[in-house]
Parts: sequence; structure tokens; C-alpha cells
Amino acid sequence: MTDTSSAATAQPVKPRNFFAALEIDTRLLGMVGAFILICVIFSLLTDGRFMTPRNIFNLTIQTASVAIMATGMVFVIVTRHIDLSVGSLLATCSAVMAMIQTVVTPDWLGLGLNHPATAPIAIIAGIITGLAIGAFQGWLIGYLTIPAFIVTLGGYLVWRNVAWYLTTGQTIGPLDKNFQLFGGINGTLGQTWSWIFAAFAIVGALYVQFNARRTKVKHEFPVKPVWAEVVIGAIIAAAIIGFVAILNAYEIPTARLQRIYAARGEVMPDGLVAGYGIPISVLLLILVAIVMTIVAQRTRLGRYIFATGGNPEASQLAGINTRFLTVKVFAIMGALCALSAIVASSRQTFHSNDIGTLDELRVIAAAVIGGTALSGGLGTIYGAILGALIMQSLQSGMAMVGVDAPFQNIVVGTVLVVAVLIDIIYRRRTGD
Amino acid sequence: MAAPLVELRQMQKSFGGIHAVDHVSIDLNPGEVVGVLGHNGAGKSVLMKMLSGALPRDGGEIWINGAQATINNPRDARDYQIETIYQYLALADNLDAASNLFLGRELVTPMGFLDDATMEAETRRILARLNPNFRRFHTPVAGLSGGQRQSVAIARAVYFNAKILIMDEPTAALGVQETRMVAELIEQLKSEGIGIFLIDHDIHQVKLLCDRANVMKNGRLVGTVEVDKVTEDDMLGMIIAGKCPPSGIPGPGAIE
Ligand SMILES: Nc1ncnc2c1ncn2[C@@H]1O[C@H](COP(=O)(O)OP(=O)(O)OP(=O)(O)O)[C@@H](O)[C@H]1O
Ligand SMILES: [Mg+2]
Repeated sequence: MTDTSSAATAQPVKPRNFFAALEIDTRLLGMVGAFILICVIFSLLTDGRFMTPRNIFNLTIQTASVAIMATGMVFVIVTRHIDLSVGSLLATCSAVMAMIQTVVTPDWLGLGLNHPATAPIAIIAGIITGLAIGAFQGWLIGYLTIPAFIVTLGGYLVWRNVAWYLTTGQTIGPLDKNFQLFGGINGTLGQTWSWIFAAFAIVGALYVQFNARRTKVKHEFPVKPVWAEVVIGAIIAAAIIGFVAILNAYEIPTARLQRIYAARGEVMPDGLVAGYGIPISVLLLILVAIVMTIVAQRTRLGRYIFATGGNPEASQLAGINTRFLTVKVFAIMGALCALSAIVASSRQTFHSNDIGTLDELRVIAAAVIGGTALSGGLGTIYGAILGALIMQSLQSGMAMVGVDAPFQNIVVGTVLVVAVLIDIIYRRRTGD
Repeated sequence: MAAPLVELRQMQKSFGGIHAVDHVSIDLNPGEVVGVLGHNGAGKSVLMKMLSGALPRDGGEIWINGAQATINNPRDARDYQIETIYQYLALADNLDAASNLFLGRELVTPMGFLDDATMEAETRRILARLNPNFRRFHTPVAGLSGGQRQSVAIARAVYFNAKILIMDEPTAALGVQETRMVAELIEQLKSEGIGIFLIDHDIHQVKLLCDRANVMKNGRLVGTVEVDKVTEDDMLGMIIAGKCPPSGIPGPGAIE
């Protein structure tokens, strides 16, 4: 029996080259490459303005809302569905939360303006709204077998106008002070907390990496050479430090600092400089990304989502309740629309009728540019987030250069189609 | 004599006006391989899908070890240790071998997260036994050959200790060598006391592997024969003409 057990343990394979040894996903490499290329080109065209801390800070907060929803769209598209209603759903969630913090809590509950309980109440109500609407649409799709395209096309019209009805078409604001902390510039961690976050992130990432290696060794699976692990760990740490350093380097204007100190009843020390650090909205995105990645890769739910996308019949035969799975997927999408609604409305400090308009297209495009296949079964969370970042950087870069608005959209549309074409060619080449 | 391992009684299934399976009764004993034969569309797969819980039945009863069984979905069937290898390879193409093998029955860590490493180790162990040539554990099964994919499907049945195995044309997509591998495996499982329903169009193979054979025609049972007591021509006659030989037990579908 000795030879069967040696057949079970794989032979250590000699990696073909540097990148093969690192075992980094080539698609990830490609997208990071595309993003860097965009950054370099726009930096040259704007004399470096594109790469200033200020612009990078803005880029991250502009990306957050679409990126949060794009992670959910990955699950939707992986299960061979589509959701055209996310922009409208965002608007309904935003309207619900806006009405709660401007009418329900201050007047009906008599808490007045800017009460500490207001933001949590509004946020919970918003998430429940998104979850319920998403689950309802998922039920129509999974149990009543109406195509997702039709259900969410209907939802696109319905929820946009439910939002209008809830607010009688008015702009609702200003929103609660605490709620506005999710708006980007109005709520950041500051330098110290940003560095603390960086430290935790690095320790966490290295722990995950170490743990993965330990598990492999325990099962006698082939492992990467140690130098490759070290290189990857170093790249991750450097990326985290670099990211936080850039956001910390964006300095709060002195006038604003003075106002902050005045509000606290303190005097600002002379010559004080302080950076914004990580925006809370971006922190929320990072949190969503981590949770969604764990769901996708480490839970039964995620495994069933991908299995069902790959072969719905086989999944059913394996005892998976694919109908209920559809409800769950759309409920997750709805809840994420609510989170995006928090970010989007607090960023503009009020709820407006047109909030989230065209977001469905941006979100789908982000997921697809990020490598999610419309045929189902394929897609990654990090890909969708990178996709959102690439689209946003294209858009803001062109705006900086002074490209006309119609032309910007022409370029973004073209990039979407070309990105998918490249992906198809890539898949044909590599055969997966 | 002890009660049979499986007894299907008066099984019925219609699609619209078509009687796909029309009052069919067959049985299976432990350590026995029983063939289910018939022309295309005779109702073989539908009959087996009712046993595996993949299709709800319109009428009839399933008895297992002498007790009536409740099988309404694939999970129920699994609880009775019924495993199925489907005619159209029921694998999720985008997942790797281990994910497919454990689909619906994943191993999890104490925290409830997927234990992919242990699942891969178990998959390597069982596949080393079934198909020592199997090496590609990290690619989606879409990239595997028909025989390798079939190994995964068979490994699934073997790993979870099937007592009752349904094989719907298990060698249809396979080459000569893989077909022999499946045949050897059937012999081995049979010697372990597992009961196997085998759907196969290759009469030669049926004569080789099966103890008894049931023939269906247009949804009805033509008859049941012991393969050693009939010729290949007798069996062809049953399939094509619906004529049950004298040594067989005729069913409602037999003609005079
Ligand atoms: N899901 C379904 N919906 C409608 N009709 C079906 C369905 N499944 C099977 N049928 C019909 O039931 C009949 C029996 O089909 P079945 O798949 O059992 O044939 P089979 O004996 O397995 O044939 P083959 O040898 O070609 O696999 C056929 O007439 C088929 O068209
Ligand atoms: Mg069939």
C-alpha cells in the first residue's frame, strides 16, 4: 500500500518562473496592471495632479458606493441572474433612511435633531428595507420562476418611484450629523487610527497567509518556496502601508482644523498639521470585501452559489435548495444596496431624487470588468472592486483632463466591451 | 428469503399525456447487479430518478429492506444510502474535484467554515484508489477528460458508503480502458454487498456484469430475466419486440 499513499501525496513541482512560484492569479495581475497604466497615463496628462493624495482620497470615496454593490452583483451574476434594480433600490433605501432621520426620529419619536440614536435606527431600518425588497425579488425569481431580468427591470421602475413617493419628490436634508460620518470627507479615521488599522491589517493578512501554509503542510500538500511567501507577504504589507500613507498625506485645511477645534471648545496648537486618513466609507467597503470574500470562499453558502452557477441541475441533484439560494443571493444584494445608500446619501449630505441613477449599469460593468462571467459560475469579489476602481479612475481622470462628458461615457462604454473581449481571449488561451 | 434490498412497486410517472413509467415493479438484492434495459426513451432514467429522489413520482411505492421508504428529494435518498451516477455527468464544471465530490455534504471546521484542505486530502485518498492516474486536483473539472470526470462521480458514490448504487450509462462517455476500470469497480462493489442498478445499452456488458436484467419498452416492464439463462438474442428480442422468453418472468408490457 506504500505506493498508493505516495500517489495520494502530490509531487513537489518545480515552478516554471518567478510569477508561477508566487502563484498569484494572473487575472489579478492583469487588472492591477491596467489600473497602474491608467494612473501613469493620467499623471502624465495632468502633470501629476492625478496621483496627489487629494485625488486618490477622492477616488476611493467615489468608488466606495458602486464597489460595495458590485460585490453583491458578483453573486447575482455567478448564479446566472442579473439585477437591474440596484440603483433604484439604493434610492428607496436612501429615502427610507432620510425620512427616518429627518421626520420619524426627531418629530414622531421626539428625539430632536442629531440624537445619538438616530443614525443607528435609520441604518437598521435601511438595511431591513434593502434585505426585504431583495428577498422579495429573489422569491419572485426563485420560486415563481420569473426571469431575473424581468423582475428587476420592473423593480427598476417600481423602487425608483417608491423613493419618489416616500419623499414626495423632495430633496431631504441635511442628514443627521453622525450619519454623515459615512460620507467620506466628513468622516475619516485620522492619522493615528489609520496607522493602527494598517498594523491590524498587516498582522491579519500575514496570519491568514501563515495559516494557509500551515494547513497545507499538515496535509502534505505542495507549498510555495519560502522566499515566495516572504515576497508576497512583503508586497501585501507594502501595499497596506502605502495606501494608508497616501490617505494620511492628504492634509486637512488649516481653516477646517480650526473649526474642528473650536467646535470642541479647544484652541488649535500653532502650526498643527493633520491628515484625513482612511475614510469611514472606505473602511466599510474593506469590511464588506472581507466578509463577502469569506462567504464566497469559506462557507457552504458561497460554495453553493458557485456550484449552482456552474451547473444548476447538478446542484439540485446534490440536494441544494437552489430556489432558496436565489432568495438569499438577492437579499444579500438588497442589503448591500442599503449600505451603498448610506455612503451615497451621506456623501452628498442629503437624499435627492436622482440618487443612484445609472448605478445599475456601473455596478454590472464593475463586476464584468472584474472578470465575472455572465454565463455564470465565475467571478471574484476583489475583481469586482478593482473593476469599480478602474472605471472610476477612468471617469475622474478624464474629467480632470477636461474630456467632454459625452466623450467620457463613450470611453467607459468602450472599455467595458474591450475588457470583456480581453477576458474571453484570455480564457480561451489558458483554457479555464 | 429475506426482504430485497430495494423493491419498486407499481412505479408511475407521466409527463403531460406520455406515460414515461407505467406501473413498473422491479427489485434488487444486496450484492446483486441488476440491469435496466430498453430502447431510447423507454423510461429507464425516469424510473431510476424516482428512486434517487430527483423526480417526484405520480404513484407507486419504494420499499427498502422490507420497510416502506419515504423518498421525496435527493437528500431523502441519500439518507437511505442511495447514490447515483447520472447519465449526464452531474458535476459543477467550474469547481474542482474535491468541491464536486463533497457537494451538498461539505466537511466544515468547528467554526462552520469549509474545510477545503481535509476535503482535498480525502479526495486524493479515494481517487488514488479508484484512478491512480488522477493528478489534477486544483483545476475545475471542466478541464478533465470524460474518464477522469466519471472517476469523480464514482468516487462520490464510493466515499459516502453507498448501499444502493444507481449507474445510468456509466461508461457512455468513456474509452476502452476507463470502461474496464468501471467494470472492475462494479465487481468490487458487488463483492462488498452493495446492490447496483445498472442502465446500459451494451448487451454484451450487461451479460458480463449483471445477475438479472429488466427490460422496459414504452414505459412498461417487458420482463425480468436471469442473464445466464437467456441468450443475447433473447434480450434483443425483449428490447425490440417486447417478447419475454419462457425462462423469464413477464411484466405487463410483454406481448404474446
Ligand atoms: N423532465 C422531463 N419532462 C418531460 N418528459 C420527460 C422528462 N424526462 C423524460 N421525459 C420523457 O420520458 C420518457 C422516458 O425518458 P427516459 O429519460 O427515462 O428514457 P431512457 O429510457 O432513459 O432513454 P435513453 O436510453 O435515451 O437514456 C421519454 O419519452 C422522455 O421524453
Ligand atoms: Mg436515460
